[in-house]
Amino acid sequence: MTDTPHRHLPDRLDNPLKSAILSWESLLVLVAVAIFIVNSFSSPYFLNAWSLSDLTFNFTEKALIALAMALLIISGEIDLSVAAIIALASTLMGFALQYGADTPVLVAIGIGTGIACGAFNGFLVTGLKLPSIVVTIGTMSLFRGISFIILGDQSFKGYPASFAWFGQGYVFWVISFELVLFAVAALVFYVLLHRTNFGRRVYAIGNNDVAAKFSGVRVERVKFILFCLTGLMSGMAAVLLTARLGSTRPSIAEGWELEAITMVVLGGVSILGGAGTIIGVVLAALIMGLVTFGLGLLNVPGIVMSIFIGALLIIVIALPILYRQLRSRR
Amino acid sequence: MTDPILTLSGITKTFPGVRALHNVSLELYPGQVTALIGENGAGKSTLVKILTGIYQPDAGQITVAGKPVTLPTAHAAFEVGVTAIHQETVLFDELTVAENIYLGHAPRNRFGLIDWKTMRAEAQETLDSMASGIDANIKLKELGIAKKHLVAVARALSIDAQVVIMDEPTAALSQKEIEELYVLIELLKEDGKAILFISHKFDEIYRIADRFTVFRDGEMVGTGLIADTSQRQIVQMMVGRSVDHIFPARNAVIGETVLEARGLSHPTEFDDISFSVRKGEILGFYGLVGAGRSEVMQAVFGMTNPSAGTMVLDGKTITPRSAADAVEAGIVYVPEERGKQGVITNQPIYQNVSLPSLNKTSTSGFLRLAEEFALARTYTERLDLRASSLSQDVSTLSGGNQQKVVIAKWLATLPKVIILDEPTKGIDIGSKAAVHGFMGELVEQGLSVIMVSSELPEVLGMSDRIVVMREGRLIATLDNKGLQPETLVRLAAGIAEEQAA
Repeated sequence: MTDTPHRHLPDRLDNPLKSAILSWESLLVLVAVAIFIVNSFSSPYFLNAWSLSDLTFNFTEKALIALAMALLIISGEIDLSVAAIIALASTLMGFALQYGADTPVLVAIGIGTGIACGAFNGFLVTGLKLPSIVVTIGTMSLFRGISFIILGDQSFKGYPASFAWFGQGYVFWVISFELVLFAVAALVFYVLLHRTNFGRRVYAIGNNDVAAKFSGVRVERVKFILFCLTGLMSGMAAVLLTARLGSTRPSIAEGWELEAITMVVLGGVSILGGAGTIIGVVLAALIMGLVTFGLGLLNVPGIVMSIFIGALLIIVIALPILYRQLRSRR
Repeated sequence: MTDPILTLSGITKTFPGVRALHNVSLELYPGQVTALIGENGAGKSTLVKILTGIYQPDAGQITVAGKPVTLPTAHAAFEVGVTAIHQETVLFDELTVAENIYLGHAPRNRFGLIDWKTMRAEAQETLDSMASGIDANIKLKELGIAKKHLVAVARALSIDAQVVIMDEPTAALSQKEIEELYVLIELLKEDGKAILFISHKFDEIYRIADRFTVFRDGEMVGTGLIADTSQRQIVQMMVGRSVDHIFPARNAVIGETVLEARGLSHPTEFDDISFSVRKGEILGFYGLVGAGRSEVMQAVFGMTNPSAGTMVLDGKTITPRSAADAVEAGIVYVPEERGKQGVITNQPIYQNVSLPSLNKTSTSGFLRLAEEFALARTYTERLDLRASSLSQDVSTLSGGNQQKVVIAKWLATLPKVIILDEPTKGIDIGSKAAVHGFMGELVEQGLSVIMVSSELPEVLGMSDRIVVMREGRLIATLDNKGLQPETLVRLAAGIAEEQAA
């Protein structure tokens, strides 16, 4: 092996264009286009700039959480407490409001609560080595329970107009602040997952956390950061949602954890960890928004929508697994 | 002399790239214990798997009671009366003792349903006949490991097995429990069972076995009566070998001490381990499986925290708290469990190689793919990796090539000390030679290599000095000059010098 000429190893053999066309993401694009076309035929109110702008409010807040959740699930963990974090963050913002807190303080409290809750989850999972699904089922009840204790059957109201802008304001024409924030966050998460060392380590951990640790990756640290990031995005969603609704009740954002996870899984992220893309998650968020908005335009009642979300969750968990089995068979 | 109850002849089994068994024969006699002896990798486990219907031989014949049989499934082996008691007994914790004993052959009543009453009564009778003191109605999980072995023996008795295979049955037992097991083996012998006893421990073999068969490199190299054979003769059969593998000549200049460990201890795995490795030196660690060598290395690599002891690297005291710390200090570890700890399957070669070096191939945390590919290419080509491209999924590579990926990953970090844990276990001859050749190159370039190996020729062929461990303790540190393989085996197995002489 010293004198013989080394065989040359090319970077890659497959055609990147071909694999892009065959990807889950291109399938999602087709689905999104199809639903868009169906929507525009089934309701005369759909194809209108303001309708389409309203549509984005249907998914941007949940999708912000889904971005961070995607990284967490790729790393092999999960956070079921995200909706409860929204409730607690919103409640603490409302509580501060009673003592005269102004907009910057409210935003800081919302985001700060989110990070603190995420850090708490992260500590329980990485510090005490508890399984994340159990930890976050526990903190799901814990965080929302604190909201109930503080609020009872009351609600906080009277948020200032400058605060309401985060949930109701427009940056330009029909482009809302929420949509702009989501676009920026999507870009940041895309770069983080696909273009940085950190993202590469997230994939390595999700595929084999033992081998990752043996390769010198600080697995616990990466996972802790991911829980904090998920908390941060939940706190951000709490600010937007509270600002949009203008009030806080302890039941705020109930069931959102499932919708966020549905987006992540529909986006092609493996529920077993190790695979998935941000582009897929963004497309999945768009599809979920299109579907729920379309059903809303057709006056489909909320209970039917929740049945639909449930069915979608099961289908999208099964579908990528079947899809990969088919692909690997070829 | 009675005829053998079970005869194997001309059994050959080949795995991709590895010849596990070649033309071996074995005879088991009723009422006698035959010890199967051999180094790790000699083919003992493969033989057990063939006997229990898990593997199919490529060639050869199995005869039970004079009739040729095939064992296509585990059930077929059970039908002809072969049963095995493994190191970790395959029983069911949540079932009762009686259910475990009669699983698969429970007595039936006239409706074809399980006759629970008879089953419990018969199970209890069998257990009592063994003086086991076990209640047949309790769940298996309530029993300790030794009692579980008793249940396995009771099961062997209940199915009227002709052949009982015991694969290192004493590995997890205390001395008292081992004595109880001997009593049982005597019981089985009286019952006319043929017993195949696999053990590394010579005191056990000489205590319990009547006959022996020695395997080496997948071939049968000796068989006979224990009473006529000395331990020394058996050890020679185990280690003596034809020169079929030439180790690289080494011209490395050995320099200063690079890494020194003093008094490393762990509450359960090892105690008071001190060693040092010098620049350009290969330090071999020899011992039986379970001697604690890997555990020591994982402590050096920061995966576990030793309870006592210090480490000095290049004159500076280090206390690695994680693998990341160790890698930063310049110590890397190629684990024995390649698939679980070494490579990340489902990820491409280049990502596996670059993972610990990402800080070098990136700019302020942002990936630079071209640099990653260049780094991966440099080191994989040096190791002559056989792959179609650097984006190929690691899971599609052979064991030997996966090992090259792991080694390439670590070389790319430019380490000072590289620890190789069973570096050639389960890889084909060609890759073996490549790994050995490369180890020689590494030390010539001034690296220090620690090699944990259970293969005698590898340890003797590659090491400058050899540390022998036994049961978590360091037994000896030897200069590899004119060292006899027998010496190493004796030290590792704990055979006293005068006894073997």
